[in-house]
Amino acid sequence: MKIQEADAKSLLVAQGLPVPPWAVARTPAEARAAAEQTFAAGAEQVVIKAQVLVGGRGKAGGVKLASSAAEAEEIAGRILGMDIKGITVRKVLVAAAADIVKEFYLGAVLDRGARRILLMGSAEGGVEIEQVAAERPDAIVRIHAHPLLGLLNWQARQMVFGLGLSVHRQAAVAIAMGLVRTMLANDADLVEINPLAIVRSRAADGTDQLTLQCLDAKITLDDSALGRHPGLEELRDLDEEDPTDLAARAEGISFIKLDGTIGCMVNGAGLAMTTMDLVKRAGGEPANFLDIGGGARADRVAAAMKLILSDPKVRAILVNIFGGITRGDEVARGLIEARALQHREVPMVVRIVGTNAEEAARLLTEARFETAASLDDAAAKAVAAAGVASPAS
Amino acid sequence: MSILVGRETRLVVQGITGREGEFHSRAMLDYGTPLVAGVTPGKGGQSALDGRVPVFDTVAEAVQQTGANTSCIYVPAAGAPDAILEAAGAGIGTVICITEGIPALDMLTTVEAVAQAGVRLIGPNCPGATSPGQAKVGIIPGSIHRAGRVGVVSRSGTLTYEAVQAMTDAGIGQSTCVGIGGDPIIGTTFLDILRLFAEDPETDAIVLIGEIGGAAEEAAATWAAEHLRGVPMAAFIAGRTAPEGKRMGHAGAIISGGAGTAAGKVAALEEAGIRVAASPTEIPALLRAAGVS
Repeated sequence: MKIQEADAKSLLVAQGLPVPPWAVARTPAEARAAAEQTFAAGAEQVVIKAQVLVGGRGKAGGVKLASSAAEAEEIAGRILGMDIKGITVRKVLVAAAADIVKEFYLGAVLDRGARRILLMGSAEGGVEIEQVAAERPDAIVRIHAHPLLGLLNWQARQMVFGLGLSVHRQAAVAIAMGLVRTMLANDADLVEINPLAIVRSRAADGTDQLTLQCLDAKITLDDSALGRHPGLEELRDLDEEDPTDLAARAEGISFIKLDGTIGCMVNGAGLAMTTMDLVKRAGGEPANFLDIGGGARADRVAAAMKLILSDPKVRAILVNIFGGITRGDEVARGLIEARALQHREVPMVVRIVGTNAEEAARLLTEARFETAASLDDAAAKAVAAAGVASPAS
Repeated sequence: MSILVGRETRLVVQGITGREGEFHSRAMLDYGTPLVAGVTPGKGGQSALDGRVPVFDTVAEAVQQTGANTSCIYVPAAGAPDAILEAAGAGIGTVICITEGIPALDMLTTVEAVAQAGVRLIGPNCPGATSPGQAKVGIIPGSIHRAGRVGVVSRSGTLTYEAVQAMTDAGIGQSTCVGIGGDPIIGTTFLDILRLFAEDPETDAIVLIGEIGGAAEEAAATWAAEHLRGVPMAAFIAGRTAPEGKRMGHAGAIISGGAGTAAGKVAALEEAGIRVAASPTEIPALLRAAGVS
């Protein structure tokens, strides 16, 4: 689960990391009020950042500076409602614009191959780490945390010296340790601070001071662990959730909407992807990824059918079930039930093999469903059905 | 011989009295798997599957009294890492964890502890392993198999069944079929299984079934290019049409930052001289073309 920058920053603050104060605004007036407070606290400029769960906000015009509260209100008015990669911006973050001396990248990810937490740092902050990794792999310092003890102090020091942060080493070591702590405390797959910046500010005595600050944060949480962090589920941004995805999750169905016309219902993630691939190979475009999960009963099958049909672009449905835990006759009953309740007529091709396939075949033949023997055959039939069913548009 | 499970297997099922555990234990027993014990804490002294299998409170007791050497785990996610470690602590050599939904960070520490104990862990979130005619451990339907000399390794469940069924229909039998699991952090990788197949005198050819996400298929391809010259191989990769940044059901099946794509995996396999089928049903033909009789 991805969470917004503002929420990610809160999780960093909870682990004691230095993050400059911010406010979240849902309207231009709220943005103005937040900007007024920020200017009153001594800021010369404020930054207004779109809160969306996609990258490339800056390039899309979703990050702007303002020199007055009025300007902040005007800019927030332009960013709110803006479309960034298909997502409508509904919130902005308002914070003092930092006087940045130098930017770094610091992130922790789950390294699948090494089966360790990997801490990555780069003195080329502010840009996508993937880009640095591709162009100048030597510019990234990589350290694997101890698998049982976590990140050790000496490892954090090694990172800090590797980044040339020796002047700020105490603060930097604390940030590196806190970063991994944030990951462990929240069951995160990814915690990124980009940029981690050396920022110039005015100290209480009026002199300039340089401190390390986390200016942007990105955190992805492990869906499998959300159950033991009830507070984190509340960070799910319902503004950006497709209502269909929400309905699917409630039913225990794994569903991802795509752009095509052939709805797919499959048991098992690998087979669901394969079914999509074969639809494409047969000349069609899948409308969705849908895994009904193991051991699905008739009611879940009916719910899956409803999800597929809620997409008006769907012109044919391909059901592919390889019964193991899942019983073919249960699925067949669910399909028959679902078709009886269906509001619009969509051609359906069903292939059920494995556990109780004979009984499923009998039920489906009786109910006059179109069936297919092989997966390739089923894909071809579904593509043909979608073509026939679609008037030239 | 075969690998991981076979005639020497003496199986204990952890979570045997649960709904899933009982259902699949019955299927394993009916297949002829030497299922010698079950474990459910608090139900020691009882028996499961109509009195056919004794139940113990701890894995240690099961090992002591029945000589169990392999464990299959159906314990729910919250208790599964502990069940894996209990099996390792009791001296079980091979642990196969079917449970899905275990948090990845739990698996980081569990995998490390198990490796330090010298125990082989398959999974989690895997369908298990079957050596046709010898033993079936996990949830793979027994009926799809035919005994033979082709090893199958896969990250998926039902997709594996599809490929194995196609092989069986074409008259190509299997030595062992292993599902390594669809999670980001798993105990045994493609590469580990390839090594085992390479050393197995009863395996002559190998089928690798991968999917998007991670770099395990690429690592296996690189190793195969060097060490499996002359071994007939075929592969399939699921997820050619998967969009970037979306988790395709399996926690591990996600393309991120342009890495883990199907195209990249297909290219790596083909570069290693392994032909990649466009559909699971084409795997038998590729095996024949590679020299499997």
